Amino acid sequence: MQATKEVTKEASDYVAAFHEQAESQRGKMPAWVEDLRGRAIEHFEMVGFPTTDVEDYKYTNVAPIARGNFQPASEAQAKNLIDGQTLERFVYPEAKRSRLAFVNGIFSSELSAIENLPDRVVVTELREALGGEYADLVRGYLARGAETSGDDAFTSLNTAFLSSGAFLLFRRNVSVEQPIHLLFLSTSSGAEKPIAAFPRVLVLAETGSEATVIEEHTAINDGDVYFSSPVVEIYVDDEARLTHYKVQRESSGAFHVAQTRAEVGRGSRYDSTTVTLGAALARHNINMQLRAEGSESWIDGLYIVDTGQHADTHSLINHRAAHCVSHQAYKGILDGKSRGVFNGRIFVHPGAQQTDAYQSNKNLILSNEARVDTKPQLEIFADDVKCSHGATVGQLNEEELFYLTSRGLQPELARNLLTYGFAEAIVQKIKVESIKRQLDEAILNRLHARLEA
Amino acid sequence: MSANIELLANQEYKYGFVTDIESDMIPRGLTEETVRLISAKKNEPEWMLEFRLKAFRSWLKMKEPNYWANINYPKVDYQDIIYYSAPKQKKKLGSLDEVDPELLRTFDKLGIPLGEQKQLANVAVDAVFDSVSVATTYKAKLAKAGVIFCSFSEAVLEHPELIKKYMGSVVPANDNYFAALNSAVFTDGSFVFVPKGVRSPMELSTYFRINNSESGQFERTLIIAEEGAYVSYLEGCTAPKFDKNQLHAAVVELVALDDAEIKYSTVQNWYAGDEEGKGGIYNFVTKRGACRGRNSKISWTQVETGSAITWKYPSCILQGDNSIGEFYSVALTNHAQQADTGTKMIHIGKNTRSTIVSKGISAGKSNNSYRGLVKMMPKAEGAKNYTQCDSMLIGDKCAANTFPYIEVMNASSTAEHEATTSRISEEQLFYLQQRGLSQEDAVSLIINGFCKDVFRELPMEFAVEAQRLLGLKLEGSVG
Repeated sequence: MQATKEVTKEASDYVAAFHEQAESQRGKMPAWVEDLRGRAIEHFEMVGFPTTDVEDYKYTNVAPIARGNFQPASEAQAKNLIDGQTLERFVYPEAKRSRLAFVNGIFSSELSAIENLPDRVVVTELREALGGEYADLVRGYLARGAETSGDDAFTSLNTAFLSSGAFLLFRRNVSVEQPIHLLFLSTSSGAEKPIAAFPRVLVLAETGSEATVIEEHTAINDGDVYFSSPVVEIYVDDEARLTHYKVQRESSGAFHVAQTRAEVGRGSRYDSTTVTLGAALARHNINMQLRAEGSESWIDGLYIVDTGQHADTHSLINHRAAHCVSHQAYKGILDGKSRGVFNGRIFVHPGAQQTDAYQSNKNLILSNEARVDTKPQLEIFADDVKCSHGATVGQLNEEELFYLTSRGLQPELARNLLTYGFAEAIVQKIKVESIKRQLDEAILNRLHARLEA
Repeated sequence: MSANIELLANQEYKYGFVTDIESDMIPRGLTEETVRLISAKKNEPEWMLEFRLKAFRSWLKMKEPNYWANINYPKVDYQDIIYYSAPKQKKKLGSLDEVDPELLRTFDKLGIPLGEQKQLANVAVDAVFDSVSVATTYKAKLAKAGVIFCSFSEAVLEHPELIKKYMGSVVPANDNYFAALNSAVFTDGSFVFVPKGVRSPMELSTYFRINNSESGQFERTLIIAEEGAYVSYLEGCTAPKFDKNQLHAAVVELVALDDAEIKYSTVQNWYAGDEEGKGGIYNFVTKRGACRGRNSKISWTQVETGSAITWKYPSCILQGDNSIGEFYSVALTNHAQQADTGTKMIHIGKNTRSTIVSKGISAGKSNNSYRGLVKMMPKAEGAKNYTQCDSMLIGDKCAANTFPYIEVMNASSTAEHEATTSRISEEQLFYLQQRGLSQEDAVSLIINGFCKDVFRELPMEFAVEAQRLLGLKLEGSVG
C-alpha cells in the first residue's frame, strides 16, 4: 500500500508538468489533439504508475521511473545537441536518404534526410500530419488502440505529452525498396533534470503495399540517465506487407518503456524483429491484433543483458479471426547481475478457427546472479486450432561444448561460439545488412568483453 | 449424434443420491464460538483448540482471493454454512459391525465396501462422511507393520506428539484464506504415519462423501513418511446433487524425510452442478508436500473430473538435496465447470528434479486452466524441471488456458516448458470408426491415449476407474 501512495505522488508531478506544457502550447495543436491529450492525462491520473501488485508488472518494478524526476523534453531543449559528425555514427547506408531523426523524441529536420522516395509514400513528422493534408486520416487512426484494447499508464503518458513523432503512409500497392529509418537519439546533457522523451509513431500500410521500417533507440552518451517512452502504432491493411526492425541500444543508465501495437488485415503480413541491448530498465509491450482472415504475424526478438540491466517483454497476440498464423520466437542471454522477463500471451477468440499459433522463449543464463522469469500463456476459446508454446531456461549444451573443445577450441571460445550461435538465429532474420553487421559486432564485443574479464 | 450417445450424454451423475440419516449438526454460521464448539465436539485437547483459534483470528483478517484465478463465482456466504455435521451414533464404535448399516450401504452403493472380506485386496480405506470419519479398515494389519492409519480426530487424541510436530509445518495455518478457514474449522480427515524403513504393506485410501446439503467439508490430511519409508495413498470424493453450491476447503500436508517416498493419487468426482452450472461443489483445496530429506520423493497424481469449480495446486517444496517432485494431472471440465489447477515446484536443494505432466480436457462451455509455478532458488544448483501441458478442446464453446510461471535464479538449473492445444481430429475418428469402433469408443480411446502419461501413474484399480469416468463424463460431447 505504501508503494502505491508514493507512486501516486510522483504521478502528480507528471500531471503538473502536463498542465504547464499544455498552457504554453495552447492553440498550437488542433483541438481534437488537445482533447485526446486531455483525456489521456485524465486516464493516467486515474490509473497511476503500476506497482508490482499488478500482475502485468509482477516482475518489473517501475518505481524508479515514477521517482526519477524526469522532465518531459521541450523543443528548445532538444535543439543543437548533436552535430552532423556525431550523426554519421548512426546512419545506415541502406537508409541514407530515408531517415527521420529525433532528439529526445522531438523531430530534427537538420538531422533527417528524405529524398527520392516513390510517389504515394509519405514519411513526415507527425506534428505536421496532425494539421495538414492527412489530418483526417491521422485522426482516424491515432490512439485507436486506446479505445479497442485500453491503455496502460505509459501509453496514456505518451499520448498526454504527444507533440512530435513520425507519420508513415504507404499508399495502395506501393512498394518501397529502401528501409525507412526512424532514429531516436536521447540525451540529458544540458538539461536541468533528466529528460523524458515521448515520441509517437503512426504507420499506415494500405492494401497491397510493402515496406520496411527501422525503429532505433539509442543514446549519444552511454551512461546518460533519461526516460524514453515511445508508442508505435501500426496498421497493415489487406494483402500488405510490413517489416519492422526495432533496435534498442539506449544508454546503460536509461529507462525505456515502449508500446508497439500492430493491427493486421486480411491476407497481410507483419514481420517484426526486436533486439534489446541497452537500458537499465527496459519494458516492451507488444499488442498484436490479427483482425481479419488469413493474416500472419512474426514477432521475434533477442535480449542480451548484463549487470545492472533488466529487460522485460510483454506481448499479447490476439487472434480475432479465423485462419491466421502467428509465430513468436524470443531469445535471451543473461550475464552478470541481470534480469530477463518474458510474458507472452496468445489469445484465441471464439470463432478464430484454424488458428496456427506458435510461441517460444529460450533463455541462456551465464551467471549465477542472473535471473529469468518467463510466463508464456495460452488462452483458447476455439476448438479447431493448432497452438503451442515452449519456454526454456538453461545453459549451453554440454555435448556441443565437448564437441567443440575436442576439436581444439579453448573452452571459453567454444562457449562464446555457441552463445553467438544462439543469438544468431534471431539476428539472421534481419534483411538490412548494415544493421545485421552492427548487431553482430555488438554481440561479439560483449562476448569478447567476457573473454577478457 | 446417435440415439445411443444421446442417452449416454444425458446420463445422470450416478453418485447424486442422498443418504437419509439422522445427523448431529451445529447451527449454521461461523464465530469463535463455532470453532470452540467443533473442538469440544471432538473432545480436543487445549493445544488443538489454540491452533484453531489462532487460525480463525488470522482468517478474520484475511481477504478472500478473487482477483487472480481464472474463475468466476458468486461470493460465498461463510455464515450460511454448517460447519459440523455428523451421522448420529449411539456410542463409541468398537468395530465395523457397529457402524450404522445405512452408512455401510451408502459406501457400498458408492462402490466402497467397508467390510474387509468384501474389500479390494490390499487397500485400506478410511471413510469420511460429512464431518467425521465413520470407519477405517485394516487398521490392525497396518499396525503390525508399524503404520499408523486413522482418522485425523483419532490421531489428535492418540498421537498428539506427531500431530504437534507436523501439523501446519507444510501449510501454515495462515498460509492462505482457505487454508486458514480449514485450520479453524476442520472436522476430520486422515492421518498416516509410516515409520523409518517401513514400506506400507498396502495402499491406503480415504473416501470422502458430503451428504448434508447445508454443510461444507473441511477435512485435513497429514501424511508423514520417515527415513526410507514408502506409502501410496489414494483419495476419492463424491457428493449428492443439490442445487446449492457447497464449499469443500481441504488441507493436505505431506512430509517426506531422507530417502522416503509418498505417492498421492486423487480421483475427484464431486458433484459438478447441472448443465447450466446450478449447484455443485466449490473445491478450493490447499495441497502441499515437503521433500525435507535427501533423495526424498513426492508424487502427486490427480484426475479431476467433478466440482463446479476446482481451484487447487498440489505442490512440492524440494528442500532436500536430490529430492524429486512429480505432478501428473488430468483435469476434465464439461458443461459449465471451471477449473484453475496446476502445481508449484519450489526447488531449494541441490540437484532437485521435478516433472509436470498436465492434460486438460475442456468440453461444453467449460473453462479449464493450467496454472503452475516452477521456481529455482539461487542455491538450487543443478536443478532440473520438465513440464508438459497439453490441452484438448471438444466443441467451440469451451476454453483452454495455460499460465505457467517459470522463475530461475541461478546459472546451473534448467527449466523446460512445452504446451500444445489440439482437438480430436475428424481423421482420427474416421479412422477408428471405419475399423468398426463405435463413435463413443473411438472418442474414449483417443482421450485415454491423450491421458496415458497420467493414467500410467495411477494404481491399477484407480486407473481403470479413471478411464471409465472420463468416458462417462464426455459421452455425447463429440459428434
